[in-house]
Amino acid sequence: MSERAMLGPVLSDIWDAEKPWTLATYTQHHGYEAWRHAIHQEPASLVDVVKNSGLRGRGGAGFPTGLKWSFLPPPDGGPRYLVVNADESEPGTCKDIPLMMANPHALVEGMAITSFAIGANHAFIYLRGEVVHVYRRLLAAVREAREAGLLGTNIMGTGYDLQITVHAGAGAYICGEETALLDSLEGRRGQPRLKPPFPAVAGLYARPTVVNNVESVASVPGIIRGGEDWFASMGTEKSKGHGFFSLSGHVARPGQYEAPLGITLRELLDLAGGIRDGHQLKFWTPGGSSTPIFTAEHLDVPLDFDSVAAAGSMLGTRALQIFDETVSVVRAVTRWLDFYSHESCGKCTPCREGTYWLREVLHRLEAGQGREGDVDLLLDIADNIEGRSFCALGDAAATPVKSGIKHFREEFEQGMHTPAWELFPYEANALFTELAGAAR
Amino acid sequence: MTTTANSATGAVAKPEDVTLTIDGVEVTAPKGTLIIRAAEQVGIQIPRFCDHPLLAPAGACRQCLVMVSTPDRDGNLRQMPKPQASCTMEISPGMVVNTQRTSEVADKAQHGVMEFLLINHPLDCPVCDKGGECPLQNQAMSNGRATSRFTDVKRTYPKPVKISTEILLDRDRCILCQRCTRFQAEIAGDPFIDLQGRGGGHPGGSEHGMLPQQIGAFDEGILGFSAFGGDEPRDVAVTDQMTGPDGDPALLSGVSYTVGAAEVDTTGRPFASYFSGNTIQICPVGALTSATYRFRARPFDLVSTPSVAEHDACGSAIRVDHRRGVVLRRLAGNDPAVNEEWITDKDRFAFAWQSLPDVLEAPLVRDEETGELVPTSWSEAIALAAQGLAEAAENGGVGVLPGGRLTLEDAYAWSKFARVVLGTNDVDFRARAHSAEEAQFLGHAVAGTGMGVTFNDLEAAPHVLLVGLEPEEEAGTIFLRLRKAVLAKKTSVTTVAPFATRGSVKMRAAVVTTEPGGETEALRAIAAGEADHGPLREALSAPGAVVLVGERLAQVPGGLTAALALAEATGARLAWVPRRAGDRGAVEAGLLPGLLPGGRPVTDAEARVDIASAWGVEGSLPAEPGRDLTGILAAAGAGELGGLLLGGVDVEDLPGSGAAEQAVRDAGFVVQLEVRSSALSRYADVVLPVAPPTKKAGRFLTWEGRPRPFEAVFATSARSDAQVLDMLARGMGVRLGTDSVAAAGAEVDELSGWDGARVPAPQVEGRRVERREGEHTLATWRMMIDAARCQDGEPYLAGTAHRPVARISPATAAGLGVRDGERVTVRGPLGSVTLPALVTPMPDHVAWLPLHSPGSSLYRMLGAGAGDAVRLEAAAHPTDAEVTR
Repeated sequence: MSERAMLGPVLSDIWDAEKPWTLATYTQHHGYEAWRHAIHQEPASLVDVVKNSGLRGRGGAGFPTGLKWSFLPPPDGGPRYLVVNADESEPGTCKDIPLMMANPHALVEGMAITSFAIGANHAFIYLRGEVVHVYRRLLAAVREAREAGLLGTNIMGTGYDLQITVHAGAGAYICGEETALLDSLEGRRGQPRLKPPFPAVAGLYARPTVVNNVESVASVPGIIRGGEDWFASMGTEKSKGHGFFSLSGHVARPGQYEAPLGITLRELLDLAGGIRDGHQLKFWTPGGSSTPIFTAEHLDVPLDFDSVAAAGSMLGTRALQIFDETVSVVRAVTRWLDFYSHESCGKCTPCREGTYWLREVLHRLEAGQGREGDVDLLLDIADNIEGRSFCALGDAAATPVKSGIKHFREEFEQGMHTPAWELFPYEANALFTELAGAAR
Repeated sequence: MTTTANSATGAVAKPEDVTLTIDGVEVTAPKGTLIIRAAEQVGIQIPRFCDHPLLAPAGACRQCLVMVSTPDRDGNLRQMPKPQASCTMEISPGMVVNTQRTSEVADKAQHGVMEFLLINHPLDCPVCDKGGECPLQNQAMSNGRATSRFTDVKRTYPKPVKISTEILLDRDRCILCQRCTRFQAEIAGDPFIDLQGRGGGHPGGSEHGMLPQQIGAFDEGILGFSAFGGDEPRDVAVTDQMTGPDGDPALLSGVSYTVGAAEVDTTGRPFASYFSGNTIQICPVGALTSATYRFRARPFDLVSTPSVAEHDACGSAIRVDHRRGVVLRRLAGNDPAVNEEWITDKDRFAFAWQSLPDVLEAPLVRDEETGELVPTSWSEAIALAAQGLAEAAENGGVGVLPGGRLTLEDAYAWSKFARVVLGTNDVDFRARAHSAEEAQFLGHAVAGTGMGVTFNDLEAAPHVLLVGLEPEEEAGTIFLRLRKAVLAKKTSVTTVAPFATRGSVKMRAAVVTTEPGGETEALRAIAAGEADHGPLREALSAPGAVVLVGERLAQVPGGLTAALALAEATGARLAWVPRRAGDRGAVEAGLLPGLLPGGRPVTDAEARVDIASAWGVEGSLPAEPGRDLTGILAAAGAGELGGLLLGGVDVEDLPGSGAAEQAVRDAGFVVQLEVRSSALSRYADVVLPVAPPTKKAGRFLTWEGRPRPFEAVFATSARSDAQVLDMLARGMGVRLGTDSVAAAGAEVDELSGWDGARVPAPQVEGRRVERREGEHTLATWRMMIDAARCQDGEPYLAGTAHRPVARISPATAAGLGVRDGERVTVRGPLGSVTLPALVTPMPDHVAWLPLHSPGSSLYRMLGAGAGDAVRLEAAAHPTDAEVTR
């Protein structure tokens, strides 16, 4: 099979075109054809097309997108909103930001179609605030689309109005949780809300709201243009369509690989030139740091929602962080916990205090100053966080600890006497020191 | 409108009942009940911290986790995979709940959360004020591990943070349940504290300049406001009266940046709240403490007595805690019909006045040689007082001014003493601005009417109109109830006032903007549905609507007449809300010149016969209405009266206070019954000490007419007014029969239920507000925390008061050449007051000042009150002396 056949570039198809982020380039590549078609359709029929295509949420949980749209109560004359979750901040996850950087119009077009389908006249992009360059691209794309009459009032003479607001967040991982995102968008402290009511019933400003991931929404124009069957022809039985696979770490050619769901890491590694020379795969995450880690024995697990779940992890955001044998699992898990502890919003006890405690113990172990029973203590703390916290962030923090110990318990036990940097010299796995060394 | 009608008539449909099983016990509770509440019904205690029955569910602390199973569509029971927070989940039919008693998973989850809560808690119980009454301590014992597995370094903070002069915060004890911030946001509407920072933080405190999540007040240091505040130079002051997030002195911005000048307290910080003390009480750990009580006592050394607050007419239930004869703190009692679980900061903290050094211990009489007041025995004092009063009664009569702070029993004793012993109707409890119209209104519409509109009625009322009443300042419990009902969309509020106060905004009240004196006209217009008042008239016509008139309406000619007319025209229920705890009881006891106990008119022969026979003084009750307070003082000053019998009267409360003081000075024989020696004591011939509320029993009547009985906190030899008057009567050869609370109470109760003639309704015409060129009309009322004597001895509370300001309209300010925040001088007949101007949307040519706040005591300093004419001018620049002050 050729590389082109294994891949399925849809959203990334025009990334190599001249200035792919401009309206002109996007339009040359069938841009906004789907929107020009969709605006003359019955909104309900658009929902049906997306439902039938089998598109599942690309933000990690994999909830069927069309079904989510259909949860909105019938229109009551009041406002309804589409909110795009672009607060991509999970360690390892790096698909939405390159997408919005290279092809922001795919998102804008998807938002137009989605808003029309759900009856929203105002849509929001909640963008991770640190990526200022992406913020500028989005602002420019929305402006271009508005100036071209693709957004705004009385779009294409149909009487339909749509305004898109691009909002830059202030730097909090928790705001990727959809209800915390809504609170933050409303100008409040970003902390998750009590559910019910769910956003579909009382979301932004207590009005019916659809919150979708960037990639999910950006996939909609392709589905409308290519048809539900075209989309469903890709992927597996229950995980249809294409998606980004973001390879990072110890691979020869890290980057975005857009492919049908169900591809395996072995195939992806072939495309990416394999593990860096002279090294072997040790462990990897299938979908970002909050998904249980896999090892070399999982190389042939099809990367679709159900197969990954059956193998004991989660497809998540398809952020494949690849670690070779030079990496200390203790160190990797400790860094992840630094992140989760730093990003815990503080609302609930298990996440706030549990991550604090996990981090303290992990740093001891990394320094080789662990105490008798620390590994079991880690597992018990993780147990007391998982399923006890207010939102899924607590579970996410417990996951790397539990899966790390499950696969590499002996490395944690070694933390009782030997620092991780002696077991796994840190300069051996740092990509940039090697390069620097070569230059010297 | 059907739902409105239903709630008004009380015929609310009973919510559907739901049956579920908790730990094998079948429980039935109304739909919508939370699992944690349903469990309480069968005696199953699920540990909790963030949960509070009067706050919205939060689910933050995760201590109350239980396992929940619900039947699926086919009726098969399915257990939810994760433990659920029982404080957020509503019960459903067929649900099966397993708490820590029957589920190992739930028990382990609770132990896990408890351990998490304790890892960063200092465990300083031996020195913590909460130790011994601490939910964290108790539940750590019942639902926690015996020992901690945490061996690392705890998170610490500089402590305490002074978030107001009264409230201190020890953040290392805080478990971040957010009850305090939720109370302030949801109940009080004053979110002066909120969460700051994020996550659990580091042992060393902040990392990358990011603070761990914590509770705090706004400070310029938070979020780097002062460091990165943009290009504009900003007016930031440092104060060590307050603490910033890093334990440093607080950074205060120029006040206009965050809040208006009226919204700062005496320290210059944004005003906190009149209800902030409740956060201390609901804090489940010892994180919030009061400056007054901190480190003063251990809970297990305290003796608690349920009581009733004496500071307003709401009769809030309180608990008085004392140790070895000293009251150390007061807490809110729990009375769902009255104050629920909240009290005002004044009710909570202002108790020192009852035990200050100026509290009278022994009777005082004039030394024959020096003329000074000297302590003496009760027998001598009573003999002298009895003799003097008897002579005064012969020589023109005695005026009786008992004040408005009496229990019903004491008020009754005063009323009976005046009529039976002194033979006079020259009696008036109103130590404040008043009118003949008001006396008539009280006799007609208030006295002897029993329980009228209640707090619960307010909550259920479709609409409430406030006239001459600022609930947040004058009746805090009414404010909280109305706000609660408004937020629950049960009621709505309109207020007739010169401007929208902060309290009105928090009640989302519509304002009928009225200048002082214009209330009568406004009420007439509403009754007639004129001038856009059609919808308001309609709202007041809905069954259950209420008109609340404050005692201040007495100052407006025709105001109470118009309020009665409005109630009649719309069918709205009318209630009178006085400021003082004893006012309503005084009305019932007949402490008015034209009124006998139980609403009996003095002028009604049948009523006099009825009372006379009850008192066994046939035929000798005075038949003519007497003088009111103004008349009594004028007559006493002019020598027409032979003497005065004074109760708790503060000369600062009296319009024309200077003249009032002169009148007392010039009066003949003066007997004073007082708790503390006062400004008027120096003119008294005999001063008889009476017991403060902690040393006597009795009943206050709330504005609703609800009796609020309380017992003495201390068993002492202190005598209540009723007992002292009983002794005095004996000295004058009359048996008054009020030497015990029970006897006085039984007598006054027997006299209720009069169904004879009533005082006729007042018929007073309104007057147009007239202003001469260059004059402004004074608007004023009292603030909850001001210069009142009952706050003496409590400087921490005084620090939380609003800083006094003079409110004027933009046009008035422009006319004076005064900008917002600049000082304006207000001149009255007696002198002037200078305050910062606060430009407020309000009628032109009107100035509002607080009536009796520090530096703004208008009766004394201006000689003017509400509705009076004053002159305004831009103030000269402050003198150096003023600046340093």
